[in-house]
Formats: sequence, structure tokens, C-alpha cells
Amino acid sequence: MSLISVKNLVRYYGNYCAVDDISFTLQAGDILGFLGPNGAGKSTTMQILSGNLAPSEGEILINGIDLLDHPKQAKASIGYLPEVPPLYKEMTVDEYLYYCAKLHNIRKIEIRDTVDLARKRCGLADIGKRLIGNLSKGYQQRVGIAQAILHSPKIIILDEPTVGLDPNQIREIRELIAELGKEHGIILCTHILPEVQAVCNRVQIINEGKLVYEADKDQLLNNQETNSYEVRLLNPPSINDLSNIDNVNNVERLHDNTFLVHMDENSADSLTRAAVENNWGLNKLAPYKQTLEQIFVELTLGEADSAAETATSDEGQNL
Amino acid sequence: MIATIALRELRSMFLSPLAWVVLAVTQAVLAWVFLSQIEVFFSIQAQLTTMTNAPGVTDLVVAPLLEIASIILLMVSPLLTMRLISEEHQNGTFSLLLSAPVSITQITLGKYLGIILFYILFIAMISLMPLSLTMGTDLDLGKLAAGLLGLFLLLSAFAAAGLFLSSLTTSPVVAAVSTFGLLLLLWILDKSGGSGNADNVFTYLALTSHILPMLRGIINSADISYFVLFVTTFLLLTIRQMDARRLQQ
Repeated sequence: MSLISVKNLVRYYGNYCAVDDISFTLQAGDILGFLGPNGAGKSTTMQILSGNLAPSEGEILINGIDLLDHPKQAKASIGYLPEVPPLYKEMTVDEYLYYCAKLHNIRKIEIRDTVDLARKRCGLADIGKRLIGNLSKGYQQRVGIAQAILHSPKIIILDEPTVGLDPNQIREIRELIAELGKEHGIILCTHILPEVQAVCNRVQIINEGKLVYEADKDQLLNNQETNSYEVRLLNPPSINDLSNIDNVNNVERLHDNTFLVHMDENSADSLTRAAVENNWGLNKLAPYKQTLEQIFVELTLGEADSAAETATSDEGQNL
Repeated sequence: MIATIALRELRSMFLSPLAWVVLAVTQAVLAWVFLSQIEVFFSIQAQLTTMTNAPGVTDLVVAPLLEIASIILLMVSPLLTMRLISEEHQNGTFSLLLSAPVSITQITLGKYLGIILFYILFIAMISLMPLSLTMGTDLDLGKLAAGLLGLFLLLSAFAAAGLFLSSLTTSPVVAAVSTFGLLLLLWILDKSGGSGNADNVFTYLALTSHILPMLRGIINSADISYFVLFVTTFLLLTIRQMDARRLQQ
């Protein structure tokens, strides 16, 4: 049974359709990266999943329980960190986490251990007595995460958990997410692509309220086994000459000396041989991979040439 | 669960200076009123002894004190209830409650109970001054109890109306101003003059016509039901409003 199963979710704000007929599932052990440009409907979807917003249409099963019919039972298996961490600034970290523990019906004798564990996992062990309002943004974010994982829910929904953190903190939080992913199903909502590549094993891209892309990480990697190569030649021949090499199917000029060569087979032997024999000055030969960023830009901007643009701007990364 | 929310609400009231200031200012003003009423009582004490069926110290000191207290509470109650829900929306903390396994009804009742606990404390402090008279004279404790019950019912009504108006907006100031406006309107509603049928309706709706008898020691079940209805209505409206909010936004 999947942890989350969303069917035909629709949400309107007045006449504006923020989420348009989305369906997806989350399995145990998944870290699902939920990607999209700003205003694509990410946060709205997360708010609906956590019960903060009611959907206009659609069905949501949380751990097999209908969120709309039995909100209390369904919400018990969700931990949610909204975009703005829901922190009471006038409380101390301990007071706040004890309160959250009580809200989630954790038994009295277990509260202390639960809070201690959550604090330790989020690197808050030493600051239990400090006022939340006096903490730095990074620590406040951690308190927000501690609140979400406190009751060890089966599903953790994190909405842009690393916004406003410094690079070290970002790394720590990513490590924490990866660790949590071993036991919980996680939805990570972000528009930071490296974050998704670093921790997620599934990716979904949402644009203008619609799901436009869905892939496993393996799929994303395997996708990259292509018959296309990016070639840079210091003394390039004409495109015709390139096209006449054995096994070469098609050639595009990406810019000046760089070509995109589509081969008939998964090997660039003939191309390399020709380059060496003719002294073309072979300078770069790389399998042409579609990175997540290219996919993202292509899908969310919808421009045909955007892929080529990012490909060249990423030059060298694929070597 | 309701108690958890209520106790946090009570704690956070005392974590902000507002509650302390309100308690202190109210107490200071009432102390002045109390002393001046005692002064008045002393000056007319001689005449009272000559009257048959003369009003006692409870009527001349305690009842006026509680009446002034009710007016002060009318003014400070909106300040205490304004942030109940609006501030949580403003700070984004409401999503903590909404994503926890807690129903909207529990949230509403928790918040309401929190402010009621604070008001009970408030009334206890106000009652200390009249009770101090027992050291020197015989108080009519029945009348005092009736007055305090009236004050409690009045504050329950203030709190319910304040809670509802706080759920309508994300700005505490807007909530305070609108609560004050509503309460003031209900306070003066029976001052419309004339004596037609419509005036009877206004008189029934007005808070004053139900609270003043009680502060003077007369408990009427019709008055009590008025307050129970008042509180229930506004609590139901709050629950409805918070449910609807998840749909609109």
C-alpha cells in the first residue's frame, strides 16, 4: 500500500486553477522531489496534503485513510514543515517541542525521550532552553524540521526546507533528509535542483498546476545512456563531412566548434577514428546527457532552444 | 487536547507584556474607584443610620465597583482576544494546529478555554478588593457572588465575540477594533429611546439590560440563557469560519 495516493486533485483560488488534475503516489522509502518554478502550485499541493487547505476536487489517501473523511486519523501519520516554519517565537525550543508532542498525542511518559531524540537528530541538543525568537534562521528551520519528525510520522512533507540557510547548514539538512528517508516517506518540495539530485530517488515536475514530468532517479540516470555525443573539434570540417562518417546519423552545430553528433550505435569509435586521421583536433567528446536542469527548463519554459542553451552553459560539467 | 491548546494559550498571554499591563492598569483604576466609593460611603454613613431599609456597603461600594469594572473590561477585552487566531494566521503558526491530528472544534474550544482561564484569574483579582472589606464589616456575600458571576458571564460573551472576530482577519489590530465596535454597540443598544416593539428587541439584545441586574445582585435565568446563547452562537460561527477558510483562502 502506498503512503500517499493522490487522485485527480484540483484546487481553485476563485477562478484561478492553482492545481489542475494531479495524481501521484508516494511509496515507503521514497524521497520524492517535488519540483516546479515559483507559483507552479507546489506549496498549494503540500498544503492540501497536510490538511491545511481543502481541495476543490479529488481524493487523497494518507496511509490508506481518506484525508477528507477522516482528517484526524490521516493527519496522525503526517509531519509537515510549511514554507514558513510554524514557530511560536515567545516559547523556548523545549516548550515548543513538548507542546507539539502533546498535540500529536504522544504518551506522557514518552514525551521527554521523543523530544530528546528529535532534538538530537536536528542538531538542537544544546539549545533546548533558548527562546525560538532569538535563534538564527538556520536553527529556527531546524526546530521546524524537529517539529515535523517529532512523532515519527510515516510521511514527512518538507516545503523548501533549506531556504535561507548557509551552505554548511544546507549540507547538514540534506544529510538529515537522506537519513530520514531510510525510515519515512518524504516529499521534498523545492525549486533548487541540486538539492533534488543530491537526496531524492524520485522526481516530479509541476508546472502551471499540472504534473509535466515524473521519473525515478535510475530512470533519470539511465536516460543519459544515449547515442548522442557532444564533440568539440579545434579544426572542424564541414557538417557534411561529419555526417558522412560511418554510423553517424545526424549532426547539429551547437555553436562555433561544438557539435552534437547522433550515432547509430552506442559507441563513438568511428567518429574518433575519423577525427584522429584527419587531424580535426578532437578536444572534447562527451555523451550528451539531458540533465535535470535541462529537463526542468525545457518543461517549464516550453522553449525548444532552451535545452541547447543550457547545454552550452553547462559545458565541461559532463566531462 | 483542548486543555493542551488552552494551557499554551494561557502561557503565551503571560509571556507577552500586554496581559500584565492590562491586569495592572485595570487593577489601578479599580483601586481608585474602590477608594472613592468607600469615601462616599463614609460621608453618607450618618444619614444611612437614620433610614429604614438603608442600602448596605455591598450596594454602595461593591455594586458600583463591579459596574465600573464591566466598562473597563469592555475596553480591554478586545485587546486580550485580538491575537487569539489572527496572530497565528499572521505568523503562519496556524498550520501547526491544522496539520496536527486535532479538529477545528477542538482548536476553537481550546483557544476559548485558554482565554476563559485568563479571565477567571482576572475576576479573582478584581474580587480581592471587595473581599478585603470583610475584614472590617459584614458583606452580603450572596450579592457579591451574583455580581462576580455576572462579570464572568459578561467576559465569556466578550471572549466569544472577540474569538470570532479574530478568526475573520489576519491582523490583530483589525480584530481589536471590530471587537470593540461590536461590544460597544451591544452595550449601548438599549439607549435607542422610544418604547415601540423594536425597542424591546433592542433592549433584549443589549448586553447592559442583562448584566446590570446581575451586578446588583439579581440573578435571572433569562439573563443567564442570553449569555449562554451569545457564547454558543459566536463559538459556532468561529468553527464555521475556520472551516470555510480552508476552502477559500
